[in-house]
Parts: sequence; structure tokens; C-alpha cells
Amino acid sequence: MAMTLAEKILARASGRETVAPDEIVVAVVDLAMSHENADLVRNGAFATGIGATEMAGVWTEGRLWFKIPSTIRIEVAGELRPWVSAKDLILFIVGRLGADGADYRAVEFDGPVIRRMTVASRMVLANLAMEMGAKVAFTPVDETLCAYLAERAGERLVPGDRYAPDPGAGYERMLEIDAGAALDEPQVACPHAVDNVKPLSALGEVPVDQAVVGSCTNGRLEDLAVAARVLEGRRVHPRTRLLVIPASQQIYREAMRLGYLETFIAAGAMVNPPGCGPCVGGHQGILAAGEACISTTNRNFIGRMGSKDSQVYLASPAVVAASAVAGRIVHPETICEETAHERELSPAAR
Amino acid sequence: MSENSLRLRGKVAAVLGDNVNTDLIYPGRFLNITDRAMTAEHLFELACPDLRGQIRPGDFLVAGKNFGCGSSREQATAAVKYAGVGAVIAASFARIFYRNSINLGLPLVVSKPALSKLRPGDKTEIDLAAGIIRNLTTGESIEAAPLDPRAVELLEAGGLIPYLRQKHAA
Repeated sequence: MAMTLAEKILARASGRETVAPDEIVVAVVDLAMSHENADLVRNGAFATGIGATEMAGVWTEGRLWFKIPSTIRIEVAGELRPWVSAKDLILFIVGRLGADGADYRAVEFDGPVIRRMTVASRMVLANLAMEMGAKVAFTPVDETLCAYLAERAGERLVPGDRYAPDPGAGYERMLEIDAGAALDEPQVACPHAVDNVKPLSALGEVPVDQAVVGSCTNGRLEDLAVAARVLEGRRVHPRTRLLVIPASQQIYREAMRLGYLETFIAAGAMVNPPGCGPCVGGHQGILAAGEACISTTNRNFIGRMGSKDSQVYLASPAVVAASAVAGRIVHPETICEETAHERELSPAAR
Repeated sequence: MSENSLRLRGKVAAVLGDNVNTDLIYPGRFLNITDRAMTAEHLFELACPDLRGQIRPGDFLVAGKNFGCGSSREQATAAVKYAGVGAVIAASFARIFYRNSINLGLPLVVSKPALSKLRPGDKTEIDLAAGIIRNLTTGESIEAAPLDPRAVELLEAGGLIPYLRQKHAA
């Protein structure tokens, strides 16, 4: 029987020949990590979040019950326009499917646009697929991914059937998106829901008190590279605080080596340590009543980043950096003339 | 839980909308609280803090689709449970919130029609295993999904940890 990738992996892990959606299986867990890390999806693995008590169960039992999810397949063809990134694409998709559009389902992302993406960009898709309820999200196990794994982990993975859905697998829903036609411009998730997505030009005048580039969603080196290019030689608007939060110590250090941190500081930004920080309303960047923030993070619920009377908009690193300079939400092209072609030439996005 | 406790009786404390996320249920700023019973003091802190004072032990919450979406924080489930809520009835639940609740011993009932057939204050009875809700105030029966036998087993034990303790003691 032809199976989706989620079905294949869960069949293997539960010692079954085949499985079908809605069946319950008990699967062997290979890796249990504390804190959610949806980004594991890059690995051709079935990676899904669980709660703390359930984690204790995994530690005790080494196994976990799963309901086999049905799968939504999303194929993205065409070409992303200048200043339109993986973040804009996934915001567009979340807006279209809704906050529960993939609840309890697996999502397979594929198509030429995805296959041309860096691994870092693919992680953004997987990260935000959770905001439409997805249990797991896959991007292709291809040469790009295998080269990434070889470099970082010395892992010699070979793309093949094991890491791909079967031809003719049954999908609950297939979505085909022509990236160039569907996304004219950057997308913004407006308060107070991640699926409240609008094209940037539909927003009107939105002044921002704070801008945040970083976090698990968009704090990777290529994100910081784009923000640095937008901020190079410019100053953050006097009304706005710009916080930059690298996703990890390694990225922090690399950004320092490449001079991005210098650019941020020269522009008037604060560079904060890696971590969740203001995204979860934790510390350093908590919004006061009446404040508005544009952020590359993953959630904009009421009170998420501070006061219940604050507003959070979600967007790409380029839009957030440009908005920090303008003091209001703007398209990056209003302050720079950089093209997508130039962006591809930036060292971090290679 | 005894077998009888799979039949719950209470009144509807509140009827909520769609996509009630875990930040609304339990804001991130209180994640440093590790005593589960104390999480109840911050239930719905930002959205409707008055509600927690109105919940009597065994009361039900009713909601639309995707209840518990957003962060996987288990404190959201704990806050609902330790505020005294006997069960949450919703059109659908976000995946992790669902698992967290069964694991902590908080009964959840999936029912699409409940949202339009239960009002705050309605006396209500739930048969978890059979998947039937009865509005005792109006006399109406409301269709619900029966709980998976695995979930029933966990709820009867009082949650995943007591369940595993029993299993390993046997």
C-alpha cells in the first residue's frame, strides 16, 4: 500500500507493514529532547511536540502512542519575488488554511521553490506549520539537506525511498501554490492570531514601538544577514527599539565574525542573548500597554509579549528590519533597492 | 477515578469561542511557577480573570474549535484542572493540549453541537465513555465523540504518571 512519509515512518517505528490514518499505534521513540524543537523535521524524521508529563512517560517507556495523522501535501512552484521569503510563504499558507487547518495532520512541503531553499529557510516552514496545528511537517530529504547534515553532524544520509512518500500515497488534501502569482509582496500576521494574515500593502499606517529580529523562527544566520543588509548604514527610528536575538550561541558567534552584530549596534539595535526572551513575554522587550511590535517570532496572541493591550505583528526579518528604520511597518523596498538576486549572493544565504 | 467518575455532573461555568490559545489560558510570564495547584491562580489572567473565581469544583467549560492551540505548555492544562474544572467540552482541541489533558487527568469531550446547545449555568451530565452529553436544564441530549479506550484507561488512573506507577508496581 502506498503511504505518505508520516505513515511510512510511523509504520517502521511501530513494527507494522502498513498503517492508515486514524489508527492508533505504539511507536518506539529514537530521540527525546526537552523543549519543543519542531526544526528537527529537517531530518526526514517524524518530530513532534509533547508535554512535560508525556516526556516523563517516554523516558520511562521508550515508546509513545500515536494516532496516525492524515497528510496535507503542499507543493510550491514558480519563484519567490524579491523580498518575499520562506516566512512570507508560510504566513500565507497559515492564513489560507487557518489556525486549525492542519490540526492533528502531517504536512509535506515539496516543489521546486522548497527544493531551492536553504535548510535554514525550510526550518521556518516547519516551525510555523505548528501554528496551523500540524503534528509534524516534512521538507524534502535531498542533496541540500544531506550536504547540511554531513557538514554539521558528519551524518552520511543518502536521499532515497526511505525518506520520501510513496508515489500514489493518499492525501487528505493537496495544495498547489505558484509562489510568484500567489505572493505579490511580503505577508504580515496581524493581531491577535497567526492566521490573521494580510499582504503588507493592506495594513495602512502602523507605527511600531518595538521590532524584534530573531528567535527559533527567524534567528538563523541568513535571517541576520538579510537584517544586516537592510540596516547597513542606516539608523533605527527614534520611536522604535530594535532587538536582535540570534537563535543559538553558534549563530551569535558567526554573526559577530561576519560583522553583522557591529552593523546592528551601529544602527542602534540591542543584541540580546539567544533564547525565547520577549517572544514568550519572558524578559527584555516586554511590551507596555498601547505599544505595537513587529517581530519575526511565531506567535502574536493577546498579551503574548507583554501587556494585554499591546499589539504584535509577525513578518520576515527584512520587513522587521526595514520597519525598525522607518518606525512603522514598511516594505523593505521603500528603504532599500536591493534585489532578490543580490540577496542570493549574500554569503549566508549560499 | 472510579468507574462512576466517567459519568460527570456539573454546570456550565462559561461558553468560550474558537481558537482559545494557551497564552490566553495561562500567560507565559507565569511559566516559572512549578507548583501545579498554584497555576490555577492565573487561569485566563489576561482574557477574563474574573472567570476563575466563578468556577465551582466540577464545573464544565464549553468552547468552539481548536481549544488549547499555540504553545505546548502543560501549565495551561494544569491551570484548568486545578481551578476545579471537571471537563472541557469543545468542537475540537489542539493536539498537544489534548494529550496534556488526558495525561494530567483532565477529561476532554469533543462535541460540535455542544457550543450551540449549552449555556452558562446549564446543569449538565457527561458520559465520557459513551460520548453523550445531557443538558439537564433543557432536557436535550447532545452528541459527542466517545473517548478512546486508551484515554479512558489513563483518566481512570488519574493521569499518565499514576497509570505508569500502577503498571510498574504490578
